[in-house]
Amino acid sequence: MGKIVLEGVEKTFGAIKVIQNVNLTVDDGSFVVFVGPSGCGKSTLLRLIAGLEDVTAGKILIDGVDVVNTPPAKRGLSMVFQSYALYPHMSVRSNIGFGLKMAGRPKAEIDRKVEAAAATLNLTPYLDRRPRALSGGQRQRVAIGRAIVREPKAFLFDEPLSNLDAALRVQMRIEIARLQDTLGTTAIYVTHDQVEAMTMADKIVVLSAGRIEQVGSPLELYNKPDNLFVAGFIGSPKMNFIPGAAAGDPGAATIGIRPEHIAASRDSGTWSGTVTVAEHVGSDTFLYINAGPLGDLTVRSVGEMGVKPGDRIFMTPEPGRIHRFDPAGHAIVAAH
Amino acid sequence: MATQNTRKLARAMLTPSVVILFVWMIVPLVLTLWYSFQSYNLLNPVNNGWAGFSNYYYFLTDPSFTEAFVNTLVLTISVLAITVIGGIFLALLLDQHIVGQGIVRILVISPFFIMPTVAALVWKNMLMDPNYGIFAWLATRLGFAPIAWLQDYPLFSIILIVAWQWLPFATLIIFTALQSLDEERKEAASMDGAGAINLFFYIVLPHLARAITVVILIETIFLLGVFAEILVTTGGGPGFASTNIAYLVYHQALLDYDVGGASAGGVVAVILANIVAFFLVRIVGKNLDA
Repeated sequence: MGKIVLEGVEKTFGAIKVIQNVNLTVDDGSFVVFVGPSGCGKSTLLRLIAGLEDVTAGKILIDGVDVVNTPPAKRGLSMVFQSYALYPHMSVRSNIGFGLKMAGRPKAEIDRKVEAAAATLNLTPYLDRRPRALSGGQRQRVAIGRAIVREPKAFLFDEPLSNLDAALRVQMRIEIARLQDTLGTTAIYVTHDQVEAMTMADKIVVLSAGRIEQVGSPLELYNKPDNLFVAGFIGSPKMNFIPGAAAGDPGAATIGIRPEHIAASRDSGTWSGTVTVAEHVGSDTFLYINAGPLGDLTVRSVGEMGVKPGDRIFMTPEPGRIHRFDPAGHAIVAAH
Repeated sequence: MATQNTRKLARAMLTPSVVILFVWMIVPLVLTLWYSFQSYNLLNPVNNGWAGFSNYYYFLTDPSFTEAFVNTLVLTISVLAITVIGGIFLALLLDQHIVGQGIVRILVISPFFIMPTVAALVWKNMLMDPNYGIFAWLATRLGFAPIAWLQDYPLFSIILIVAWQWLPFATLIIFTALQSLDEERKEAASMDGAGAINLFFYIVLPHLARAITVVILIETIFLLGVFAEILVTTGGGPGFASTNIAYLVYHQALLDYDVGGASAGGVVAVILANIVAFFLVRIVGKNLDA
């Protein structure tokens, strides 16, 4: 069991409010990702849940019990750190078993659990090595092994993949998601990478400046962003924002349209502009277009499209894929 | 950058210093070895010539040698123990966040900047003097008889003085190592359920192992040759109670005017230092392998 509820959680460092009135429910067994730009407070929020920082106000309930005054080890959570934070002088075996040893478990039980965890993570051949004799991905797995062996109520991941190279990151992303699914343990995962968030999460929490901007499943955030921040943060390349008046929609201050929801054509379309940069990545072509009063637009065109900078191009937005925002940046929900 | 050219240049540039250092070391060593096999007493200039191993025989069989040898070991080991344990303790304290941290750190380091002679004189006159020293004043205030430290506990007093001088060095090295301990590693251990004591023994102390090794190796080199502190306080006495091997060599050469015997003592001291160094490196040096 591992249901985590945050009620009015706040954190200030000196005069700076880092976390402002956060209310959130993390359901048992779900995979929740905190995502946001650097300095949005996502790591701080995770550390508050872990107990590595004290909350300034509010409650943190784990399975209904307020743990605000409980030390980290007693909260029944385990954490995977960005730097892995392995113990360099201990073997992989001792690293994974350290938590159990501190809990005073019998040696036979520790050995059994460590070996089971190592088998799950393909670490068995490396059990007697020191961390420095392991590759980045193996170290990462030791850190995960250390977390799972304690059979926690929830895993906390603090940007665990940011020190890995791109290929390994994709592989570990899949491994972590699969592991969490198998174990069925609640997981809270912090990242600044929205691709990681979209691919791994059951539920994404978008944070900005210490506030929750929106909570929802990946596709909810993609299809129905609550505000300009979420609209701009989720999706790659970024959503285009066009002043409402210029786009012929005086009812909205800003309209947003994703690059993949604009059809580019050489002959005709609603809008027109001049190509400034064309990026050919094979499967897609990304066009950066100067569209006069509409501003600079990004368009994703599937497949190869033989356009060059300076070419005139026409664009047609996909109907029903246009997001409308009021002057305060909130989404206008009613359809027009 | 290891082309043929740079290697040749490096060798050419290194040569003068290597030659100077070599001459600098080899001349005194050869002279000492030479004198150690000569009958050479300043009080008896007529009796000279080859002495064979008699200088060594007399030096090694003299009861003062055994006493000095034991004193050297006791002095070195005690000072090492005090400075390493005290250094870890002080470093842990200095690592806490307090007001005036910078000033406290400088104050802790300062004894290291005081030259041994001055430090020993301050201890002898200001602190340990049985008539007007601060310790004596404290003892009388508390109703005890003042202790004549340098007469009654000469070796212990020297250990105190030398440990006071070397504590800052140990503190500084260990403190630096302590600051390089990754904060996340401590947090990971606290998530794993390690309390303060387990955190110290399982995480902090192993992290400090290399720094402690450096402290032990460097201090040993200097502690085997403690001299000024003995000269200005006890003069090796009473009897030979606070004489170490370095002081015994001095005693032989400049108080007994026996240059031959002192040279033999010097050679013995070099050999002993090498034996100690050998075992030390075997025992603690393995911590230095990265």
